Amino acid sequence: MVPLSYYLVLSAILFACGVAGFLIKRNIITIFMSIELMLNAVNLTFVAFAAELKMLSGHVFVFFVMVVAAAEAAVGLAIIIAVFRTRETLNVDRVNLLKL
Amino acid sequence: MSLYLWIIPLLPLTGAAINGLLGKRFPKAVVNAIALGATASAFAYALYVAYRFMGLPADQIPHIERYATWMTAGSFTAEFGIYLDQLSLVMLLVVTGVGFLIHIYSVGYMEHEGGYYRYFAYLNIFMFFMLTLILANNYLLMFVGWEGVGLASYLLIGFWFLKDSAANAGKKAFITNRVGDFGFLIALFLLIKHFGTLQYEAVFKALSAYPVEASAGLLTAIGVLMMVGASGKSAQIPLYVWLPDAMEGPTPVSALIHAATMVTAGVYMIARSNAVFNRAPIALMIVAVIGTLTAIFAASIGILQTDIKKVLAYSTISQLGYMFMGCGVAAYGAGIFHLMTHAFFKALLFLSAGAIIHGLGGQQDMRHMGGLRKYMPKTFWCMTIATFTIAGFPPLAAFFSKDEILWATWASGNHVLWLIGLIAAAMTSFYMFRLWFMTFFGEYRGAPAEDFHHDHDSHDVHSGHGTPHESPMVMIFPLMILAVLSFVGGWVGVPSILGGSDHFDRFLAPVFRNQVPVEMKLEVVSKEELAAQHEEGSTELLFMGISVGAAALGFLGAWFLYYKRTDLPAKMAVAAGGLYTFVLDKYKVDEFYGAAVIRPIVLASTNILWKGIDATLIDGAVDESAAGARDISDGMRHMQSGNIRSYAGWVAFGAAVVIAFMVWKGVR
Repeated sequence: MVPLSYYLVLSAILFACGVAGFLIKRNIITIFMSIELMLNAVNLTFVAFAAELKMLSGHVFVFFVMVVAAAEAAVGLAIIIAVFRTRETLNVDRVNLLKL
Repeated sequence: MSLYLWIIPLLPLTGAAINGLLGKRFPKAVVNAIALGATASAFAYALYVAYRFMGLPADQIPHIERYATWMTAGSFTAEFGIYLDQLSLVMLLVVTGVGFLIHIYSVGYMEHEGGYYRYFAYLNIFMFFMLTLILANNYLLMFVGWEGVGLASYLLIGFWFLKDSAANAGKKAFITNRVGDFGFLIALFLLIKHFGTLQYEAVFKALSAYPVEASAGLLTAIGVLMMVGASGKSAQIPLYVWLPDAMEGPTPVSALIHAATMVTAGVYMIARSNAVFNRAPIALMIVAVIGTLTAIFAASIGILQTDIKKVLAYSTISQLGYMFMGCGVAAYGAGIFHLMTHAFFKALLFLSAGAIIHGLGGQQDMRHMGGLRKYMPKTFWCMTIATFTIAGFPPLAAFFSKDEILWATWASGNHVLWLIGLIAAAMTSFYMFRLWFMTFFGEYRGAPAEDFHHDHDSHDVHSGHGTPHESPMVMIFPLMILAVLSFVGGWVGVPSILGGSDHFDRFLAPVFRNQVPVEMKLEVVSKEELAAQHEEGSTELLFMGISVGAAALGFLGAWFLYYKRTDLPAKMAVAAGGLYTFVLDKYKVDEFYGAAVIRPIVLASTNILWKGIDATLIDGAVDESAAGARDISDGMRHMQSGNIRSYAGWVAFGAAVVIAFMVWKGVR
């Protein structure tokens, strides 16, 4: 059996990748994907602990996260399309009308 | 039984409110109707009250009406209430009566002036506060009136506020009065501290347990502080300086406020507080000395003044000095008697002077008058009666009142004060006849007719004046009434030695007799017994003769110098040299106050209070805290860049720090 720490380290690596992508990338779709990556890294942690501790609540949480992520993806992609239609760009740095 | 006395002060207040708030749109006739109607009905009601008062049994005097509690603080309460006794009744009739006459006169005098409604609104508000002052049933309400008349005085002195000198005179009057009010307030605080109340009857009752203070004590302190307040309001040494300047106001105002009524408030207050003063002989002595010194000091300044209103202003100060002299020798009745006759004849003098100024198109300098007897005969006769009255010729009003004061001063043993008072009486006669001769006799020395329009020196500038002319009937009518009053006004107080009944003194006596402590009561009785004796009586007659002699001396001096040998005064002025200019400059008191008081205060205020405390300390603290907040914010501002990725980076960094901390600490 794969020890718990392996899962956790993998999850941490995935999460760090997500954070790094979120901070570095300018394309809004890539940023969106980075967020998904972070969410799923957390999901991995949840299920790893749930399997280790033989508890169901971890699984339940994962379902919640997946639902939220799905909803978020639906709304977020709609926003992205709307932004692209008006601004004709996906570069977040150029979507700055609210800045001073 | 209630006399509904609250109606009296409320009538002028209503008039003031209507005229003051809406009067700008009213035609003059409506303004007149409201202002005069309010004052006339107050006077009429006062007459009715006087009639009812006479029918009151002695045990219902003083008649006190309570309407509401004004304020309560712990055990201290102050009421809205009215205290009517013989003293306040006399004041009530004088104020409403003379006030009404001056309202009538103002209709003619102010006809050509702007701000007509404003003038009458101020005049009515003055009446309201003056009536509050004299009718109040406690010292606190009296103080409201006291301050209110000061406000009205300020507004009316500065009525022509576009003129710098008028605005400054108003400020001077107001600020000088503040100095006096400070003393009065401290006296009130002492009363509260030691008696716990300011209600007249409670204070007087508490005082009746006090003995006469042989050396200076609490009551002496209260008395002296009250005198400080009175010397501010009633223009006594050392606070008299504002009254001559107050002549910048319209002449009817000078007559009403600065001669007949407001300035006598101090005398009224002292007489009202006789329970305090009778127990504090030292304070009483101070009142007498200040009054006497003021009488002669102001009279001596009046001798050389050339502005007709300034002469009358110094005359007012001097006559007020007599009133304090009377009060100071515990002859309060005599002081109030003189207050009443003075209200008549000084209002008459001022209004006559106003008629002259009006008729000459604003000329106030007596050197440019003369020979006016031909041009304004009615004014001349009124002025003549007033002049002979104030000089103290029998049987006119002031003869009786002034002589009563002088006699009371002699009888109380203050022979030096009597002598000074007598010299001042001769001076009074001299400067008044000087004024009389200079204005009405000789040749007219005024400017030719065409120059009248260009006289910008004085404020009462009217258009359309050619030669001097008599004033309209609306102005002459009050003069005539006042002339009659100045003639017969003294007859209510003819002393018994001249076959009269001393009615006025007897009428007022209950106000003062009830407050006299036991030791003094005996003294009063024995004095009356003495007066009954023939020997004492002949002395009193002799002193009357001396007073008349002094008045005649003043008349002859003025006649000789200003009628017979008009070249002499100029030569005498040259001969007197420095003394002449010193007196002409009013003893340089204003300059002295300027150097000794005003300049240090202005300097200290400028350098310490303004530039030091206000500009540096307070403004500095505010400015520095604002600048500090700005600097801190300026630093913090850079964190909020609006760059979402940097925010996210900081969040990640923060989370990393927290995790590192937890790992390091081993938190589970």
